[in-house]
Amino acid sequence: MIEVTDLYKEFKGIPVLKGVSTTFEKGVTNMIIGQSGSGKTVFLKCLVGLHVPDSGIICFDGRKQKELDIKEQRLLRQEIGMVFQGGALYDSLTVEENIMFPLKMFADQSFSERMDRVNFVLKRVNLENANKKFPAELSGGMQKRVSIARAIVMNPKYLFCDEPNSGLDPNTATVIDNLIKEITEEYQIITVINSHDMNSVMEIGEKIILLKDGVKEWEGSNKEIFITENEAVVNFVYSSNLFRKVREAYLKETK
Amino acid sequence: MKYLKHVGKYFLMLRQVFKKPQKWSVFREMLFREIEDLGLKSLGIIAFISFFVGGVVAIQTALNVDSPFIPKYLIGFATMRSMILEFAPTFMSVILAGKVGSYISSSIGTMRVTEQIDALEVMGINSLNYLVLPKIIATMFFYPLLISLAMFLGIFGGYVAGTLTNLFSSDDYLYGIRLDFDPYYIQYALIKTVVFAFVIATIPAYHGYYVKGGSLEVGRASTQAVVWTSVVIILLNYFLTQMLLA
Ligand SMILES: Nc1ncnc2c1ncn2[C@@H]1O[C@H](COP(=O)(O)OP(=O)(O)OP(=O)(O)O)[C@@H](O)[C@H]1O
Ligand SMILES: [Mg+2]
Repeated sequence: MIEVTDLYKEFKGIPVLKGVSTTFEKGVTNMIIGQSGSGKTVFLKCLVGLHVPDSGIICFDGRKQKELDIKEQRLLRQEIGMVFQGGALYDSLTVEENIMFPLKMFADQSFSERMDRVNFVLKRVNLENANKKFPAELSGGMQKRVSIARAIVMNPKYLFCDEPNSGLDPNTATVIDNLIKEITEEYQIITVINSHDMNSVMEIGEKIILLKDGVKEWEGSNKEIFITENEAVVNFVYSSNLFRKVREAYLKETK
Repeated sequence: MKYLKHVGKYFLMLRQVFKKPQKWSVFREMLFREIEDLGLKSLGIIAFISFFVGGVVAIQTALNVDSPFIPKYLIGFATMRSMILEFAPTFMSVILAGKVGSYISSSIGTMRVTEQIDALEVMGINSLNYLVLPKIIATMFFYPLLISLAMFLGIFGGYVAGTLTNLFSSDDYLYGIRLDFDPYYIQYALIKTVVFAFVIATIPAYHGYYVKGGSLEVGRASTQAVVWTSVVIILLNYFLTQMLLA
């Protein structure tokens, strides 16, 4: 379990996260939703230690992030897989080498064992026949999938995805969403996904946290998100015309 | 004050760089890649420039010592000395600061702004050690070879210039370059080269690594890197010369 207590982060005097507390359980797809600029990425980067919070506690299964020294932090990070908003693939390495990289760095395996593992995860993200390509030669959706493959290749205990399906067509987006959910359940990973896509939320959001201006406005499941009267949630859901209609129909029906 | 902060941050960076590589096989692979990127790929330009600089130095000397009281072998002597002492180690290092320095800072800077460095760190990799140490070892190992080649080609360039222009005879030139030869000068030049190689690898790495922003800032950092690397080389050259020769 990851416990976050009263997380506070500011940049040059401007607060971005204003005291966020929550917990993330394993085997469940946790989603952080919120408008652009609400602090989702900053929150995720605080969790993995790329931003140092100004105050607050982040605790990974009993390990308090602040109390770890550099070495312990590196060990913890080897248990983390992260999908960056922009992909962050190593552009001097091919798809295959990108995914193999963490294995080469940390696993004592022979080349063929590593190769098997790489092909396995590539198959898992439905990306075959791209092994020898460079990131610049891939479409956005393919890059996302490589990025996910790289994040899961080490069998992480914690998986963080920053908008894993933004910029993808609805079909591929759903495939990716379900993939993440499957992996989470199969390997009992603690997964946290940033998103502002209502589709994904309805598809896989088992625990949803709504951030607004750096404050946790609401927390609940995708079953509850339609019936809650919370103003921020209603506004967020209603920003999509389709979901406004769906919600209204849903509420009428259940009345 | 601002400069002092940078100097402090630079040395703190070096502390992270000089750690044991997390995996030797990966380090070795990176090292060979860097030797190719930072060394072998500069061979052509360094050979080209040193050859012609040697030729020009010889011609200039010949034209300027046009007096019957000064022996012609002085041309070879002067070309030899200036190539070994300054042109090869210092001048070529400044050229490398431009070519290799901008490459290092823009490649690391791009990795920073596209979050590739964050991706390394999230995996639990010491990104400074992984990215910068192989560059330092590659340049410190390879540049002495490169600069030795530059010395040789520069002196050879002077010889070719003499035969083409007939300003001096090749016998005089060959006599001049062997005159009063002191191996310590080569040693001195190579010591300088190793120090400059370290500067060429680390200062641009510093500028690239701590870039904030986007591609515009990467470009700016790379300009800054070249300027500062050159300035530091020139200053160190002065102090090293005073220390080693005076
Ligand atoms: N490194 C930084 N320095 C200064 N301000 C930052 C930095 N990173 C983020 N911010 C600010 O923090 C706020 C939240 O940014 P964040 O990237 O977390 O938004 P987000 O919720 O991920 O948005 P999006 O959905 O567009 O990705 C923004 O106002 C942004 O300007
Ligand atoms: Mg974001």
